[in-house]
Amino acid sequence: MSQSVKRTFAVFVEDKPGVLNRVASLFRRRSFNIDSLNVGATQEPGVSRMTIVCDADENKAKRIEANLYKMVNVLWVDDITHKQTINRVLALIKVNCNREQRDEVLKICDVFRARAIDMSPDRVTIEITGPQDKVEGLVSVLRPFGILELVQTGTVAMTRGVEKHDLAHPTVPASRSSAA
Amino acid sequence: MTPANPKLKNRLGESLSGAHIIWEALVREGVEVCFGYPGGAIMPAYDAMIEYPIHHVLTRHEQGASHMADGYARASGQVGVCIATSGPGATNLVTGIATAMLDSIPMVCITGQVPSALIGSDAFQETDITGCTIPVTKHNYLVTNAEQIAPTIREAFYIARSGRPGPVVVDITKDAQQQSCVLEWSDEEIVLPGYRPDYAPLAEQLEEAVELIKNAKRPIIFAGHGIIKSQGTEALMKFVEKTNIPVACTLLGLGGFPANHPRNLGMMGMHGETWVNKAIQDADLIMAVGMRFDDRVTGNLKTYAPNAKKIHVELDPAEINKNVHADVPIVGDARAVLQELLPHVDKCDRPDWLAYIDQIKGDSAVRDIKNLPDLGKLYAAHVIHDLYRFTEGKALVVTDVGQHQMWEAQYYKHDYPRKLITSGGLGTMGFALPAGIGAKFAQPGDSVWVICGDGGFQMTQAELSTCAQEGIKVNVAIINNGFLGMVRQWQEFFFGGRYVATPLLSPDFVKIAEAHALTGIRVEKRSEVEDAVRKAEATEGTVVIDFRVEQEDSVYPMVPAGANLHEMIERPHKPGSHSHNPIFETGEDE
Ligand SMILES: Cc1cc2nc3c(=O)[nH]c(=O)nc-3n(C[C@H](O)[C@H](O)[C@H](O)COP(=O)(O)OP(=O)(O)OC[C@H]3O[C@@H](n4cnc5c(N)ncnc54)[C@H](O)[C@@H]3O)c2cc1C
Ligand SMILES: Cc1ncc(C[n+]2csc(CCOP(=O)(O)OP(=O)(O)O)c2C)c(N)n1
Ligand SMILES: [Mg+2]
Repeated sequence: MSQSVKRTFAVFVEDKPGVLNRVASLFRRRSFNIDSLNVGATQEPGVSRMTIVCDADENKAKRIEANLYKMVNVLWVDDITHKQTINRVLALIKVNCNREQRDEVLKICDVFRARAIDMSPDRVTIEITGPQDKVEGLVSVLRPFGILELVQTGTVAMTRGVEKHDLAHPTVPASRSSAA
Repeated sequence: MTPANPKLKNRLGESLSGAHIIWEALVREGVEVCFGYPGGAIMPAYDAMIEYPIHHVLTRHEQGASHMADGYARASGQVGVCIATSGPGATNLVTGIATAMLDSIPMVCITGQVPSALIGSDAFQETDITGCTIPVTKHNYLVTNAEQIAPTIREAFYIARSGRPGPVVVDITKDAQQQSCVLEWSDEEIVLPGYRPDYAPLAEQLEEAVELIKNAKRPIIFAGHGIIKSQGTEALMKFVEKTNIPVACTLLGLGGFPANHPRNLGMMGMHGETWVNKAIQDADLIMAVGMRFDDRVTGNLKTYAPNAKKIHVELDPAEINKNVHADVPIVGDARAVLQELLPHVDKCDRPDWLAYIDQIKGDSAVRDIKNLPDLGKLYAAHVIHDLYRFTEGKALVVTDVGQHQMWEAQYYKHDYPRKLITSGGLGTMGFALPAGIGAKFAQPGDSVWVICGDGGFQMTQAELSTCAQEGIKVNVAIINNGFLGMVRQWQEFFFGGRYVATPLLSPDFVKIAEAHALTGIRVEKRSEVEDAVRKAEATEGTVVIDFRVEQEDSVYPMVPAGANLHEMIERPHKPGSHSHNPIFETGEDE
């Protein structure tokens, strides 16, 4: 048995009503636990792209992939966990911050390449994008000031190379989805 | 696919209502009979039905309609069709849909839906049936305008029958049925960009399999439901005749390989034969074809077939490595794979392995209830064995779920595919009578025997009335033990013999039959079985036989859920060694 690690799947689906529901239902039904799920448009009209992060070992990952492929509306599944990727989340963090603390907070933002996007005499709202661990780092440093509100997206991810996904003709060889 | 149905007027290019287009599409898909129940949201479709050459069977409950469509599909290999109204009509189908899903049965279910403008308003009889059925269908659709009806129904049939089959729901709003549009029908191949029903095996995988087969000393083949679905019986027989590898069947694989074939070992698993499970545990190679290693089949996975390499021939990649690790996965159609392998495998006699299996078989055969005296009592296993003898093994048997189902699997020997219909994966009580009716519509020339328990029969016995109204004949054998027998058995074995909620009071089944103007027969002694079976076969119309069997008999052998496959509970040896067991071996082997 291989180890359970955080997996990232790029899943291309037909942009049709209910598809998100089907995918979510599959994960729930098979008790594959979703860490985060993000969905949005792609360069291809009629095709949406999901980034799904979940815990799974190698065998479970193959099963997730094979089960996704069984869905009529799923066009292409790419397990990009071990590929060179760019992963990003976006977070908005509202913290307590009086005049005296402002400089320190802004300095912290600089270090994390985050930006203050809203400010009032006793608080500041910060925007950060980056990998999940960087966002968590910023949050832990800000926590002592008192976090009033935190919202963040799920991960979106893209491989670094140019991957040709021929979404119009996505035939997948058996070897890809049969866990050998 | 379009059959030149002479009874269908050519209305292509005409403007028709969505309701008419539903039937146009069904007829073009080859549908001759459908099972259903009307109601508000599907009334336009029912109104148009009369113009089309499709026989509609009015059921007594929508659950009956979905099981009938399922039984029709299992008996014929074609897509079964059922139809219901929105809300309660649609939700009543769900048990039958889930039953079909778990056993991969091709089925199309048409449901009416409230008018599209009212969706989401909690309108009268509105349920989100597409939402409800996502987890229990292969795919489903909500159709809100007339133009989508024909292409969607076409797609639904294609998805239901291709690849690993399954049920598809098409939910059609009332306004879509009432609108009109021009009827168009395409015969072109359907291409769905995200749907890949057909996988071809890879050459390396086939080569690896041949190598394993060549080197195996103690190989065994598993014949699953996929053999029947792929019409692979003949291919399997050729393969077995050349390689002499013995075959074990799953419950749903019974009949896929002839029971009387010398290499057939019988059923594996929880209530499988002792020697089959022992042989599995001793095997050095398992070649599983079209089966999915259900937990009823494997028992404890940690100790399952520990010495065997596994070749898994399976159409659905998601089944590979799900429960059991496959050393060589072969993703493809069972028949096609067997045919491809045949020229590459060696002829082989395997005298040692076959002799070993014969020996363990001999050891357990003495426990077989079939060979035990009845001591004046009526045992379910004897009833089924006799039924097998007096129908010469030729009946199309449809069972319900429980002890009688297992006795059927053990004692009714099936030599042909599609002659045993049973709910394996979901284990749905109430399945047998409606599924039997559906099977009879598919195979009117067959003698259909419905074998059910006193519990399961009462779940859907209202469908007797459907038999009467349709004037069709099935023979119903109620194995009446006065208990929810399978649960009682578990209570006896695992819950200290506390029979909570399992004793069952039943009506007089003979009178129930008679109340439907059907024939009822009661059987209390083994000596009466033959007459009853022959009378049932000779009687016109549906016959119900109430077999009053021993109440507290148990199904042996048994691997308790999750236990090691080789540690089976066998029929007790000595009188009194098992408190409630009424039958035991007589002196001979002591
Ligand atoms: C009370 C009770 C007791 C039971 N006890 C037992 C028991 O003792 N022994 C037993 O065996 N079962 C038992 N069962 C049944 C069990 O639960 C399963 O339903 C059964 O084992 C499944 O058999 P299967 O895998 O052959 O069929 P299915 O579940 O139908 O699986 C068939 C597999 O074949 C694949 N397939 C489909 N078409 C093709 C094709 N063309 N080519 C290749 N592959 C294909 C499918 O993808 C699927 O994976 C019991 C059920 C009940 C209700
Ligand atoms: C719809 C449904 N409810 C409950 C069960 C659980 N169950 C499995 S077997 C069984 C007992 C069946 O009793 P009966 O129909 O009399 O058959 P017997 O076992 O006595 O032959 C029950 C309750 C089930 N399989 N299906
Ligand atoms: Mg009973």
